[in-house]
Amino acid sequence: MSEQQTLDTRGLLCPMPVIKTQNAIRKLAVGDILTVLATDPGVLHDIPAWCRINGHKVLDHSQEGRDIRIRIEVCED
Amino acid sequence: MAIQRKAIALLSGGLDSLLAVRVIQEQGILVEGVNFFTGFCVEGHTHAIRKKDQEKQKRNNALWAAEQLGIKLHIEDISEEYKDIVLNPQHGYGANLNPCLDCKIFMVGKANAMLNKARQMAEEKGFDFIITGEVIGQRPKSQRKDTMPLIARESGADDRLVRPLCAKLLPPTLPEREGWLDREKLYGFNGRNRKPQMALAKQFGFVDWAQPAGGCCFLTDENYSRKLADLWQSQGRKDYELDDIMLLKVGRHIRPAPHYKLIVSREEGENHFLSGYKKQFNSVNFVSHGGPLTLVDGAPTEDDMLLAARIAARFSKGRDAETVKVELLGKNGVGRIVDVVPMPTDDIPQAWYI
Repeated sequence: MSEQQTLDTRGLLCPMPVIKTQNAIRKLAVGDILTVLATDPGVLHDIPAWCRINGHKVLDHSQEGRDIRIRIEVCED
Repeated sequence: MAIQRKAIALLSGGLDSLLAVRVIQEQGILVEGVNFFTGFCVEGHTHAIRKKDQEKQKRNNALWAAEQLGIKLHIEDISEEYKDIVLNPQHGYGANLNPCLDCKIFMVGKANAMLNKARQMAEEKGFDFIITGEVIGQRPKSQRKDTMPLIARESGADDRLVRPLCAKLLPPTLPEREGWLDREKLYGFNGRNRKPQMALAKQFGFVDWAQPAGGCCFLTDENYSRKLADLWQSQGRKDYELDDIMLLKVGRHIRPAPHYKLIVSREEGENHFLSGYKKQFNSVNFVSHGGPLTLVDGAPTEDDMLLAARIAARFSKGRDAETVKVELLGKNGVGRIVDVVPMPTDDIPQAWYI
């Protein structure tokens, strides 16, 4: 069964949210879902870019005030 | 069937590393990139903090370059280990507090550790050699003919370190001798003239790349280095935490006395960023007029806090008012409201500005 995990990077500035996302995904399995919480708007660009080049899938993202939420599906590396 | 050779590239996102990777890809080598976060990286942070920059398209140059090249990119946080490079560079500093030669040796050494499968990531991915975008004569401290073998040797990479843009000016490396790479298809760029790189970029169809002034590291910046030196001097020792070096990127830094300094926000984005530090620092918060959130670092006395408020008031909307009401808030959360007379601009000695 796939796992759902949340990673809180609020308050951190890029590239730290990307690095923490990368490190969290390294420990997850294909099919797992990672939800990243962030406040640096740079993640809206950097996390999808990181996912594209490393073959993972951004399912969706949303923003409420300064809070950003990105859901990623871990795919075959 | 021939073995698919793999290389790991130090990828900053600048033109040289972009070209170096493409030159190697053209020879059928599978390349992956690695980018190191030292804490002093220019991109990202300042743009994220300053409101005026928030409209600009934000991108991580290394990620962008990796995408252009179609390669995977590993971004590694080395900020903690990197302290030793900044605090004790074996080969000294450049024009400012930039330990460029030690930095390059360290980064190539980290890539070499990946290559040797000595680290977590390398256990699952084997690399045959390392590539960098170094060009002989490009940088006065680290990219010279005599530093190239030094970096190869001290990093431990030795002849598995390939500099595709200036390889023809250096002895053949292992990948060249083994026939994994055709030396004739590597380059012999030399010096600070960027025209050969521009021409190669055109040939490869690259039209956009990062052009950070003075590199992508704050330590090459004179103003930043001065603030870092001031931090060390005021502490009485060379050391820093990640928060310290982040705060040096933000606001005006004013030191009226050795035991405390002000960090005065310059705009709304910085205000927001600095407000996250109010539990770690004493602060000056404006009540009667709009004004910059000001953190007071060090061990200020009550009188020092009043002086800090008068200085900060000079940057507030009440600078011409007779008095300005502010809250002096301790890092313990206890505040008191006071009226202060804004300090006239000319009364703030230039020597106080760091």
